[in-house]
Amino acid sequence: MFYRENGQFKSSYRADQQIFPIAQDRIAILVLLLVAFIVVPLGVSDYWMRAILTPFLILSLAALGLNILVGYCGQISLGTGAFMAVGAYAAYNFQVRIDGMPLIASLLLGGLCATFIGVLFGIPSLRIKGLYLAVATLAAQFFTDWAFLRIQWFTNNSSSGSVSVAGLNVFGVPIESPVQKYLFCLVFVVVFALLAKNLVRSAIGREWMAMRDMDVAAAVIGIRPVYAKLTAFAVSSFIVGVAGALWGFIHLGAWEPAAFSIDRSFQLLFMVIIGGLGSIMGSFFGAAFIVLLPLFLNQLPGWLGFSISTALASHLETMIFGALIVFFLIVEPHGLARLWSTGKEKLRLWPFPH
Amino acid sequence: MKLKSLALTAALVAGTVGTLLAPSLAQAQAKEQFFPLLVYRTGPYAPNGTPWANGKQDYIKYVNATGGINGVKITYEECETGYATDKGVECYERLKGRPGVTLFDPQATGITFALTDKVPTDKIPLITLGYGLSASQDGSVFKWNFPLMGSYWTAADILVQHIGKKEGGMDKLKGKKIALVYHDSPFGKEPIPLLQERAKQNGFELSLIPVTAPGVEQKSAWLQVRQSRPDYVMLWGWGVMNSTALKEAVATGYPREKMYGVWWAGAEPDVKDVGANAKGYNALALNTSGTEPKVIQEILKQVHDKGQGTGPKEEVGSVLYTRGVIIQMLGVEAVKRAQERFGKGKVMTGEQVRWGMENLALDQKKLDSLGFSGVLRPVSTSCQDHMGSTWARVHTWDGAKWGGMSDWYQADEQIIKPMVKVAAEKYAGEKKLTRRDAADCSM
Repeated sequence: MFYRENGQFKSSYRADQQIFPIAQDRIAILVLLLVAFIVVPLGVSDYWMRAILTPFLILSLAALGLNILVGYCGQISLGTGAFMAVGAYAAYNFQVRIDGMPLIASLLLGGLCATFIGVLFGIPSLRIKGLYLAVATLAAQFFTDWAFLRIQWFTNNSSSGSVSVAGLNVFGVPIESPVQKYLFCLVFVVVFALLAKNLVRSAIGREWMAMRDMDVAAAVIGIRPVYAKLTAFAVSSFIVGVAGALWGFIHLGAWEPAAFSIDRSFQLLFMVIIGGLGSIMGSFFGAAFIVLLPLFLNQLPGWLGFSISTALASHLETMIFGALIVFFLIVEPHGLARLWSTGKEKLRLWPFPH
Repeated sequence: MKLKSLALTAALVAGTVGTLLAPSLAQAQAKEQFFPLLVYRTGPYAPNGTPWANGKQDYIKYVNATGGINGVKITYEECETGYATDKGVECYERLKGRPGVTLFDPQATGITFALTDKVPTDKIPLITLGYGLSASQDGSVFKWNFPLMGSYWTAADILVQHIGKKEGGMDKLKGKKIALVYHDSPFGKEPIPLLQERAKQNGFELSLIPVTAPGVEQKSAWLQVRQSRPDYVMLWGWGVMNSTALKEAVATGYPREKMYGVWWAGAEPDVKDVGANAKGYNALALNTSGTEPKVIQEILKQVHDKGQGTGPKEEVGSVLYTRGVIIQMLGVEAVKRAQERFGKGKVMTGEQVRWGMENLALDQKKLDSLGFSGVLRPVSTSCQDHMGSTWARVHTWDGAKWGGMSDWYQADEQIIKPMVKVAAEKYAGEKKLTRRDAADCSM
């Protein structure tokens, strides 16, 4: 009833090509952004801001990066944790080795280093694909784990191998309180999401999708596989690298390679699959599902008044979580983003379905 | 289609419930001292994490059964970290805001690193008994960290001293080969600087053999041991890594008598699977085990006999269980000490507990009255020294139980002190901190 595009006419190509063609969507996104930027910082508790929303934003960003590679270009990667680690450690090195390095610059430079490593480990994708590529990217994971554990230079000769950052600030404004950290991450996520959305709609994005759908056919119509695949790796690892730097700098503050272990790679891959392959929105859904649901399941017994042991609650959480993943994959293999768009379709027809 | 709408409904329900997740907990403002308990009862470190967590809980129940801390009841809530840093940070954020929050014991070196930066702003002390940052012994830089009773540096130093004594004098260590088989994480890497320093001074050759976490795959590490045949192996492991290492030692034929574990590699879960094959294996002991100490007897009587025990009764008095009891006791004593200054029978804030922690004076008489005679040595902390005691012993596994306690050793101050100073200085420089002055010490 309210969600219909009747009477919304487009009289120029510009209007036809905007990201949200329906006025209601534009309003909804605007409201969402207002809520995220103004209402949330004012009305949400510190715990939510620091322990749930900030990690959610950062992991959404990482999932977004991975989605470009896996969802849009069809190159399965298990090396996301590695690229996050490269971003984090590179940014750390820029921060400690160059005096007066601005925070944003070191985060972006961290992303650039991740881009370089991503392209390097993306080269095998020119010859191998599918599961084989997944195994090749796994090499990136093991390599970075090894490098950051063993090569002392990367950790600024920290005897324990753990590095930490402090005194973060942007143009003199400290990034310390939960609100500041949240807003800092939010700005990054909004900017990158917008860039990514536009990128996948552009010529290069179409090349990626052509590659994903059938690489031989794509090559026949004049798409260069080398260029398409390596740019996907580059863009993806850049975003993932920045997300990794944010994870280390903003969320953890002090970290060791275990923070970017293979578990993280799997977690992000699940996010992308559950959220929806090839969907920007899906990355956020997936991150929300993976970040929020375990916390919710963990707390649920307490709210319902059952007192169960910590170990049992933790096991139950894993089991229910696994079952839900299977359930969603069977019922909606295209992920939560597809459910979302199905819901939207239904709303557009409502109340007269056909 | 039906399934699809079901999924849609499920997603919607999940969404709405998610919004209800907002803090709805009734904030009970009672006269209660709240102890957040970060634990890991699942994952590769669970066999060791569980008795530790049980001991802490049982001691709380025991204190409550005997009237609380000068009448103040203790409440607690567990939060599962799984030894993962990000989960630990989440737990910390979740529990730090509770009324009457006392202190945190992160139970993991990685989490300690992440929380060390956070506690000064939140003003909650961090107790890291026998683990964590070795440099945090320096209380004038690390105002909120308390590595009570020992750090990895004191542990490594005591092991070297013990081996030296075995050899018949520290000068006999010259030319000997010592291998450090360590968990490849901040936990395992902490002792390395001290061992390198000792190797330089005592002239032994140190080889470093890392084992990837969690430590179930050690074939290549023990291949290295087999090739280089070190005179002694130091084992810096935790959880499944320890029993795996012992099994590998059996398979390699490395004598267990020449293996020395840190105090986190010297409990029952570490040797149980290997049993008699681990006979002769040595490890550091921060505390005794067994049900003889009076406090353990009391816990059995006041908690377990009333059916309120946390874990199995057979586990009471095991090495890690006792360590949990000690950690909790020190926390409770810090609250008591703070009450002496800030008001008996009141709920102490994190800041007040920090003062109590910094002014612990547990002499032998006090320990005896608490039922801890023989379990640990007196602990007394100060503004400069946040450790309070660097004493430890070495015990040996006889195939069925831990025993054969050695004499007490104290870490060599001449080596530890300068290292702590340098490391703390480096930390303060990186974080742009200034050392606390005398005025700050008295408050």
